[in-house]
Amino acid sequence: MTDSAVADTRRLNSKPQDLTDAYGPPSNFLEIDVHEPQIVGVGRNRYTTYGVRMRTNLPIFKLKDSCVRRRYSDFEWLKNELERDSKIVVPPLPGKALKRQLPFRGDEGLFDENFIEQRRVGLEQFINRIAGHPLAQNERCLHMFLQDESIDRNYIPGKTIQAAAPEPSTYISTSRH
Amino acid sequence: MSFFSFGQSAEIDVVLNDAETRKKAEHKTEDGKKDKYFLFYDGETVSGKVNVTLKNPGKRLEHQGIKIEFVGQIELYYDKGNHHEFVSLVKDLARPGEMTQSQTFDFEFTHVEKPYESYTGQNVKLRYFLRATVIRRLNDITKELDIVVHTLSTYPELNSSIKMEVGIEDCLHIEFEYNKSKYHLKDVIVGKIYFLLVRIKIKHMEIDIIKRETTGTGPSVYHENDTIAKYEIMDGAPVRGESIPIRLFLAGYDLTPTMRDINKKFSVRYYLNLVLIDEEERRYFKQQEITLWRKGDVVRKSMSHQAAIASQRFEGSAASESALEKAAKEESG
Repeated sequence: MTDSAVADTRRLNSKPQDLTDAYGPPSNFLEIDVHEPQIVGVGRNRYTTYGVRMRTNLPIFKLKDSCVRRRYSDFEWLKNELERDSKIVVPPLPGKALKRQLPFRGDEGLFDENFIEQRRVGLEQFINRIAGHPLAQNERCLHMFLQDESIDRNYIPGKTIQAAAPEPSTYISTSRH
Repeated sequence: MSFFSFGQSAEIDVVLNDAETRKKAEHKTEDGKKDKYFLFYDGETVSGKVNVTLKNPGKRLEHQGIKIEFVGQIELYYDKGNHHEFVSLVKDLARPGEMTQSQTFDFEFTHVEKPYESYTGQNVKLRYFLRATVIRRLNDITKELDIVVHTLSTYPELNSSIKMEVGIEDCLHIEFEYNKSKYHLKDVIVGKIYFLLVRIKIKHMEIDIIKRETTGTGPSVYHENDTIAKYEIMDGAPVRGESIPIRLFLAGYDLTPTMRDINKKFSVRYYLNLVLIDEEERRYFKQQEITLWRKGDVVRKSMSHQAAIASQRFEGSAASESALEKAAKEESG
């Protein structure tokens, strides 16, 4: 091999990109909105539900556009399921706000507008973070949460895809966050 | 190094014969500072003078002998008491007796074997030095002169590129390629990342150079990882079919040649770590080992034979055999 004084730094050859790939919609479209809080029930049995709308083009989700209604305890359920079954580090939920459930407060307690808005933002961040995680996308509980009308708490936990054990040399490892 | 000197005392120092002409190389000290030392290669002769200067002229200096040693040793920081000497040569300069005046002694260590490169790391140090000693009953007078040794190689015969397809099923598939698997210290890593499938939201991509220093054997093996470089190669979200070029100049980083199982005591290996970061700060990475080697500078006639000897030890291949022949011809021709 010739001992060249200056290294060859020319780019390696690559295939030209298909224009439909370059200008078409990206294959990673995933947007979840947590919106439209509604107070359900009467008196002391009231609670707030939020609309969870998902739009996506990821093939792993059956529906490309879905809308369900969920309450805070449903989000808690999802967090617990993922913490138990999946290998991911589940991000935190907005607080439980137990103090707001006590009587004799100056404000509306759990149904205070600002509080509901703060919680809505936190829940939206939470669900978007999880839904984009490749390891969480394989959990049945996530699909049920996002796309089934109601959550069946007696469901059988498990993965959506039964994959063969991956060979370490051919896989990228994700950090657990 | 004498705390109580009763009677005569002396100063000792070591001077190389080619101190004016020999090149110096920068080398890190244990506390991280950079210093310059005389540079030697395998097979070179180490010759010079030992000056013993009497502090009180007129008074006699009694001694049990004067000697000079050439030492190559490995020190493991967690085991400071034990030095593993792999080269140890001695020349006696004077028999036991007395000195009445300052004296200079000549020494020569001919064609000294220096099989490994000098290395100062996190947990281990490999160094070469000359040590002159005036042996006395109570306390010796010694002086050490550290030198630096570089091991040279020539272009390897086989230097295949690294090309691999990796990914997470249905989420992310990429094909990465690096133009070589063996790079010299002033080389350029030229490569590319080709996206086959992108179903995650990537924010940026970087390539890191990781140095792994391994000390110890068997159950007590210890790896020390150090990220030498982080180099962003892409900012933004790629889509399928996009090709991202890599051009990473190694000369700007503090690197050593790859060292494998040096004297069965330690290793220093280098890895390229390709890291993709998505919008939720999740990191996806693929690590790949590369071999680093030291290329000789302008090869002078007298040097080419030394470099050829060194490369034979490194490669042991037909290429270095012919390099040896060629160098021998150049020297005689």
